[in-house]
Order: sequence, then C-alpha cells, then structure tokens
Amino acid sequence: MLKINTISKTFFAGTVNERKALQGLSLELAESDFVTVIGSNGAGKSTLLNTISGRLPIDSGSITIDDAEVSRKREHKRAKYLGRVFQDPMAGTAPDLTIEQNLSLALKRGQSRGLGRGTTSARREHFKDELATLELGLENRLKTKVGLLSGGQRQALSLLMAGFTQPRILLLDEHTAALDPQRAALVTALTKKIVEADGLTTLMVTHNMEQAIALGNRLIMMHEGRIIYQATAEEKKDLTVETLLGEFSKLKGATLGDRALLN
Amino acid sequence: MFGALELGLIYGAMALGVYLTFKVLNFPDLTVDGSFTTGGATAASLIIAGVDPFLATAAAIGAGLIAGYITGLLHTKGGIDGLLAGILTMIGLWSINLRIMGKANLPLLREDTVFTPLRENMLLGTWVSIAILLAFALILKFAIDWFLTTDLGLAIQATGNNKEMIRSLGVNTDNSTMLTLALSNGFVALCGALVAQYQGFSDISMGIGLILVGLASVILGQAVFGNRNIFMASLGALLGSVFYRLIIFLALRAGLDTNDMKLTTALLVVIALLLPRWGFLKRIPSLRGRGNRAATSVPQGTTDIKDPAEIADIPAGASSARAGKEG
Repeated sequence: MLKINTISKTFFAGTVNERKALQGLSLELAESDFVTVIGSNGAGKSTLLNTISGRLPIDSGSITIDDAEVSRKREHKRAKYLGRVFQDPMAGTAPDLTIEQNLSLALKRGQSRGLGRGTTSARREHFKDELATLELGLENRLKTKVGLLSGGQRQALSLLMAGFTQPRILLLDEHTAALDPQRAALVTALTKKIVEADGLTTLMVTHNMEQAIALGNRLIMMHEGRIIYQATAEEKKDLTVETLLGEFSKLKGATLGDRALLN
Repeated sequence: MFGALELGLIYGAMALGVYLTFKVLNFPDLTVDGSFTTGGATAASLIIAGVDPFLATAAAIGAGLIAGYITGLLHTKGGIDGLLAGILTMIGLWSINLRIMGKANLPLLREDTVFTPLRENMLLGTWVSIAILLAFALILKFAIDWFLTTDLGLAIQATGNNKEMIRSLGVNTDNSTMLTLALSNGFVALCGALVAQYQGFSDISMGIGLILVGLASVILGQAVFGNRNIFMASLGALLGSVFYRLIIFLALRAGLDTNDMKLTTALLVVIALLLPRWGFLKRIPSLRGRGNRAATSVPQGTTDIKDPAEIADIPAGASSARAGKEG
C-alpha cells in the first residue's frame, strides 16, 4: 500500500540552522491501516506528511504508493492517491466558492478537468447525500459560499472532500488542533466515521495523545525525525497515556509540548 | 453619447479580461497595457496587408494569448513576482509592437474593417450598432460565465482563491495560472484590435494606462452590481466599462480635455477604492483586501455545534484537543 523506505529530509543543510527533520525513516502501511502519529514539537510529523504529499521533496529514500514510486512526482501528480486535511480550517476549501463547487473540485481530484459542467444535478444529489452524513445541515446550503461557514463546519467539509472520493491514503495533519474542544470532538467523531465507513488507509498526525489512542489501529511515536516507538493493533488496545508518557521520558532531551502536557 | 456607449461596450472585452486576472485569478496583471496595443497592431498590419478583417482580429487574439502566456511563464516557471512579470512583458511588447507595425502609427483609412458594414450603412452611432455591440459583449460575458463554471473553470477560480487547496486536489496551478493569463490577454488583444478598427488607426501608445481603465471598469461595476456570483461580477465588469466611458464623456463635456483623462481615470479608481473604507459603499472590499479574503468569514447560523455522541461512538477522553503545531 504505502511504503516509506529510509527517507531523509534536512532543512537548511550546511548552515548553522541545519535541522534534520527526517532521518532515515521507514514506515509501511497495509490496506485499511489507520495509523496515528504523535511526537514532540519538531519531531518531523508534519514533515513526514508533507513529503508523502509531495509538498516537500525528500533528500534520499523512496516513497511508493501501490507499487508506484512517487517520491520524484510533483505534488499535483500525487493528488490522485491522496486525500488531505490540513490543520488550518481555512486551508482545505476555497472560501469564495460555494459548497457544491468545492465538492465538485474535490470530486475531480487527480483527474483531468475539462469543459464539462462543474455542478450538474446528478452531482448535486450525490453531494446532498454525502453532506447529510455530516449531520450539520450543510446539504441544504449547497449554494452558500464556504467562506461563510464556521471553522468547524469548514473542517468537516474538508474532511468530507478528502474522504468521499476514496483516496488510497488519507493524510490528516493535526486537523482538529485549530478548533475549540467541542468542534474538535465533532471533527474527531466525523474522522472516525468517514475512515471506518470506507476502510480508508489513514495517516493522522496529532498532538493529542488521547485522540491518538482512541483512533486508529496502530500508533507511532516520532522523535528527531525517527520512529522511536510503535504500537501494533494488539498493543494499541491496552495503550494508555501513561505508557506513552513513559516512552517519552525514556528519551534524552525530549520535551513534550506544553499543550500535550496540559491534556 | 452613442459613441461613448459604443466604446464602452467595445472596451467591455478588455474589462472582462481584466476581471479574469484581477478578480478571478487574484493576479495583478500589467501585461494589458502592452497586449492591448499588440492586438491593435496585429489587426491593423494584417488588414493593411490585405487580410480579411475578421481573420486579422482572430490573429490579434492569438497574439494576445501568447503575450499573456509569456507573463504566465515568467511568473510560474521563472518565479518572478506577478507584478514584475507583467511589467516585463508589457515593456518588451513595446518594441515588438513597433516591429509589428513598422512605425508608430498605422492609419486604417479606406481599409475594410469589421466596422465597415456598419459605417457604410450609416449605422455607427445609432441604436443598431449599439445593439450589435451589446450582443457581442454579452456573448463574451456569457462565454466567461460558462467557462468559469466548468470543471476547468472551477479549478481556475480555486487557483485564485486557495492555491494550496487546489494543488492538493491535483491541479497544476502553474498551468491554470498561465491559461488564465493567456485567456485574459486574448480578450484584451481582441479589444485592442476592435478599438484600432473602430477609431481607424493603430498607435504605439494606444495601450498606455489601459490597465487602469480596465480596473476602473471592474471596480465601478462591482460597486454597482456587487460580487455575489460570477454572473453579476462579469456583468458588473462589462457595464462598468460602459459607465466609465459615460463618466469620461461627461468629464469631456464639462470642459476637461483628453489629456486630463488619465488623471480622471486614476482619481476615479482612487475614489472607488476609498469610498467603501469610509463606509459609504461596503460592497467593494476585495481589491483593497487582496490576499486575506479567507479571513473575512462571517459565521452564518450555528448549526455545527453538535453533541459528538450523536455522530459516532467515541471515548469521552478523545474529545479534547489542543491548538498549536510543531515548529
């Protein structure tokens, strides 16, 4: 499915600001795996997702999706495999376009776009059905500009847009972090629902250990660009925050973000 | 008066082009000053060489497409700032336009132009010519409306709206940017070709300051028609062009001479941009607030607060979240 083979990424190489974001990291995801990724600040979690999506080029190693080597492909070329939701609720949707137009854009993810109508009535019906699953009443507001929605609504829409075309891999980059607790809970619940409904192969970065434990069938912990702890499906069932904190404390110099500790 | 209406409708083609870049793509394209003249020059030289005026006009569109594409190349592949890329093309086109024309001014007296049938039948400056030009302008407008609602057009709108997002959905934003710039300058060159034929000559300086005219049209139109959807916005650009010509017409009537028109235009744009800031017309915020449009979201209805338990079973502990992101 997804095979990441000893990839490395260094920022500002050769300068005083040199930072090794990924150091020979390898990871393999099987079909329908849902892996949550936690780690300290600067552990390389977001970098990992950005190298998979092609937003950042890797220095060495390889990334294959469905046996296709993609690490040299540009971001828009990889989009056919990937659904993505970003941390910023504003990032995943086009604010001046309507809900149905945004969904039309997502529907054609990774396909060539021609001169066919963007929002046909057939598509509209499809969108209504999909939006209804969010239970936010958005199915009645197809012609509302997305910029008028709240952050939570936009993030829920982004999630739907990323998931409803069944991407080979769903990449979630701290997509609940910028929301208030209530909306974060809503989006977390929707994540679980959407991923489970289609058995999507998912890689989710989070700062929230409880969320990392509650969601998914595998968990990895990153530190300084490496995976330093993995929990398999079996182990993850009995995983607690205390265990994770214990793993963290084994690390020399690892500090959890304040926010992680507050939880 | 009729002349002003006719000119307004002809310049509507340029306003639509400027609308495509400034409003849809969110790209300040200054190529316009050069590509307008390129259109006029290409059409005039070909007509003088004996080419059918409609074919010559089509060729002018082609020249405009290329000009816009070059600006797009400089910006996307060359990584040159959009404003500068447009200026570079515009300046470069000055020499090219002179090469096309061979001299600074090409009169089209006694040549057949697309307006000859109207002129010979004494229909220019009558309701007939205005009706014909209006129909022509509306065809262009509806073509843009249609194009922007296709899958490709939506991708272009999204390129101007949220590049990161549309890239993550598999669109090569370099290509969509270049395509839009090409199309926009195609419209502008078409306008230049028509203006040259309408006024009976092509001149090397006919495009100077034209971007401001286009901008004035788009902003005026938006002030009147708002920005609710593509239909209204493109209609606004088109009719804004007509308003603009009427204002110029009235300014000339009032005793200003043609050399005062650049200042008049600049003042018009300044006023149109400043008025909403003073709270009279709150409808035209986006040109002043270029780039941070996403931040202007207004929560409408609060239906998104829902008990998560209704949606899926989830351990209560997972409901907490934190803001922040690793550095």
